[in-house]
Amino acid sequence: MLLLLTLFLPLVFALLTYLSGNRFAKYIALLGGLVVFTCCSFLKLALVHNNLAPLVFVHDWISNPHISFALNIDGLSLTLVALTAFLVPLIIFTTFRKEIENAKAFYSLVMLMEFGLLGVFMASDGFLFYIFWELALIPIYFIALLWGENKDAAFRHRAIFKFFVYTLAGSLFMLLAFIYVYQIAGSFSASTLYSLNLTDKEQSVLFWAFFLAFAIKIPVFPFHTWQPDTYKESPSAGTMLLAGIMLKMGLYALLRWLLPVVPHGVMLWTPVVMVLAVIGVIYGSVIAIKQDDLKKLLAYSSFAHVGLITAGIFTLTHEGFQGAVVQMFAHGFNVVGLFFAAEIIFQRTGTLSISQLGGIRTVAPKFATCFMIVVLASVALPTTNAFIGEFLLLYGLYEYNTWLSVIAGLTIILGAVYMLRMYQNVMLGETNSLTANFEDLNWKELTVFVFLIIGIFEIGLVPSQFMNMVQPSLDLILNYSLR
Amino acid sequence: MNTLIYTSALGLLCMLAEMANLRKLILPIAVAGLCVIFGLNVTDWGKNGAYYHNMVVTDNFSVAFSGLLLLLGIFITLLAGNFYKNEESKISDYLAIIIFTLCGALALVSFGNLAMFFLGIEVLSISLYILAGSKKKDVRSNEAGMKYFLMGSFASGILLFGVALIYGETGSFDLGAISNYASATHPSVLFYAGAGMILISMLFKVSAAPFHFWAPDVYEGSPTLTTAMMATIAKIAAFAAFYRLFSHAFISVFPPYAWVFTAVTALTITIGNFTALNQDSFKRMLAFSGISHAGYLMLGIISLYGKTDNAIFFYSFAYGISSMAAFAIAIVVAMNLGSEKIEAFNGLGKRKPFLAAALTIAMLSMAGIPPLAGFFGKYYIFSEAIRNGHLWITVVAVINSIVSVYYYMKVVLAMYTKDSVETAFTLKPAYSFVIGFCILLLFLAGIFPGLLTGLL
Repeated sequence: MLLLLTLFLPLVFALLTYLSGNRFAKYIALLGGLVVFTCCSFLKLALVHNNLAPLVFVHDWISNPHISFALNIDGLSLTLVALTAFLVPLIIFTTFRKEIENAKAFYSLVMLMEFGLLGVFMASDGFLFYIFWELALIPIYFIALLWGENKDAAFRHRAIFKFFVYTLAGSLFMLLAFIYVYQIAGSFSASTLYSLNLTDKEQSVLFWAFFLAFAIKIPVFPFHTWQPDTYKESPSAGTMLLAGIMLKMGLYALLRWLLPVVPHGVMLWTPVVMVLAVIGVIYGSVIAIKQDDLKKLLAYSSFAHVGLITAGIFTLTHEGFQGAVVQMFAHGFNVVGLFFAAEIIFQRTGTLSISQLGGIRTVAPKFATCFMIVVLASVALPTTNAFIGEFLLLYGLYEYNTWLSVIAGLTIILGAVYMLRMYQNVMLGETNSLTANFEDLNWKELTVFVFLIIGIFEIGLVPSQFMNMVQPSLDLILNYSLR
Repeated sequence: MNTLIYTSALGLLCMLAEMANLRKLILPIAVAGLCVIFGLNVTDWGKNGAYYHNMVVTDNFSVAFSGLLLLLGIFITLLAGNFYKNEESKISDYLAIIIFTLCGALALVSFGNLAMFFLGIEVLSISLYILAGSKKKDVRSNEAGMKYFLMGSFASGILLFGVALIYGETGSFDLGAISNYASATHPSVLFYAGAGMILISMLFKVSAAPFHFWAPDVYEGSPTLTTAMMATIAKIAAFAAFYRLFSHAFISVFPPYAWVFTAVTALTITIGNFTALNQDSFKRMLAFSGISHAGYLMLGIISLYGKTDNAIFFYSFAYGISSMAAFAIAIVVAMNLGSEKIEAFNGLGKRKPFLAAALTIAMLSMAGIPPLAGFFGKYYIFSEAIRNGHLWITVVAVINSIVSVYYYMKVVLAMYTKDSVETAFTLKPAYSFVIGFCILLLFLAGIFPGLLTGLL
């Protein structure tokens, strides 16, 4: 029951938000986000109370083809549900400072997006998963399309449209794969699909049908070309939703719907994926170094980070999995913090060009501190959340192949190069005409940063509790993936 | 059975209403009559029967498709009131022809005999020829009527030739007798030739490539309401007939023609889609998208030996309802702005949020995005095709679905991101009702597809 409540509350609040009119929409949406977060805390209690055994809800939905409305919360799902439930209200709160045109539609789309995301992370029926996967795409498409801030509307429409077609193209192949698997299994439920015996040839083709969908969403090199422009052109709330939560859909799906379903296909293609992922890590980092546009730099850095997570998942080791989950969680916090900082800078100076900025620290010390912490977290400084994640990921990668881990390990150095150089150019040095009157953070903005920073250090300092919670579900997936 | 008779009677009544000077009342009477017939049709559920020496057959297949066609017919009739407001004196004629079209369609889903089948096709087509050319002073409408008539009668000729060959070989028009003959003996080449000719004419009627050339011009030139009928009622009825004919009578000739079906399916989907990409006119775009939808439905036909009637029904439902919504909105826009171009939709999101949202939903459903009916229809058709071993053609269909997103979203983009001039905009309640009802059905069938998937 609690599962249903958590899932459907965002939908209810999406309606309420729309009906409440432009003036109150943001408050209702924030309230909705907080209520969902409360539900999510109860879910955690329930899961712990249940000795980490999955909470399930199953109800027949369609008899022919056999599709059930099956939800499942285990440690892995809960991690991502918690990430969503925590970040969505925060993201809504970041938009409080400015007037949004047609606010009721905007906020109700955000809530609808949360509905889709929660569904993706909770579904344990492949068909249901697919429906939510697509459902999450529609709101973000409209958010990015209609509320983007760039002047050049035609360019924005092209960029967002590219994103839409790209992701939809990938997911249709996933649908095909699901249909094919269903013909053999007679069911879409995860447990049936996990115990399926497909031939190696089938697995090797199905692997790509699934992987394409997930790789585009993550994105993995060379399927990333939609990403930088989409991140840049979306309104900042949209970028945060995309980078903070939505790309985790792809990573989560790798763990839940790819590795255990087609393990032999995974074995066969792992070397290729590894090389692609590591190319992505290096390529993203190198391009990030050359970027002058702050949002694009962050987009490429995010691209490099998820490349490492993908590589970690494909190591098929405990450490790789653990690191991937921790880093998924950590990346959500860090990337939202970074894009929020970018948004604040853009609001006050009207530019995102790194070379035009400088000296903000002298006029805005609070902002400088918060931004610094987030930057350090994203370059994986010890005691921050990303350190735990990247350490485990690289360790897992080392177990898989020493050379790959050495090459991928460059990301830490390269990451430090572009992030710290960006920080230096934006925040340090002399003020100029653009930054001289930079206002420091107000209490609303500070609240957002405080919450993010608490999250960053909590995972960074006491990761064990978190990791114990996800361990059983990851072990299960690992067992199926190595069968 | 009763459905067909009562509908014909209603059509006659509409014609006679002219004499009794009942013009004002005729629209409500027609709508109410169709609703009653819809109800009567539902009560036929589960009762199998054959009438007039097996001329008309009532089974769940015919009841389900009749229900869908009647529903679409009710929508069309509701829209007709305002659509023909400038020709109020002729409203009873128009309604009569619309209802006769429906009669033809009903015959096409419940025939048990090739004679009845031919009759159904002709009643449907002749009514549509008239409607297509019904804007007497519009050159394009005249052209559409003429073109449709010439091509259509040519196809009817081929159909009749095919029927004659089949009769010559088997000595019967009865579907059951033909099927028995074909399975008991080795049919000669004449039988195959006859079946092939019938196949060609059916492909023409459903506008499958390479027999689709008439469709865009006729769709564009005809009055929009007639286009809506061609795209929904005529196409769905033709597909139901197609399925019925080949599954009941010609299942044994299927293997030699399998490659034709496969090639036609791939061609239809691809040509329809890729040509739709470049259209400026909304109606023409819908025409080409309708061609590609015919291709998806063909996927159900090529695997019909695996009993795909349910998938075809679901897809027809999703396609018919979303097309109906799209055409209703196109009529509203064309009435207010006098243009059928995609540019006419610019800025609709700001001026009429309801219409824009409804059209967005209709387009998303056609593109096959969950949780709308169109998605489930596509899923169902694909899954039946894969179940029956047509994996590669399904991959082609999937790639085409991706392409189709481009042109469906082009309209959505125009509505939400482009600016427009402010003009007065009127929306009649009948239109709001039809559009709203269609959207409701799309959601309902998408979220609870079980309501329709277990039917047949």
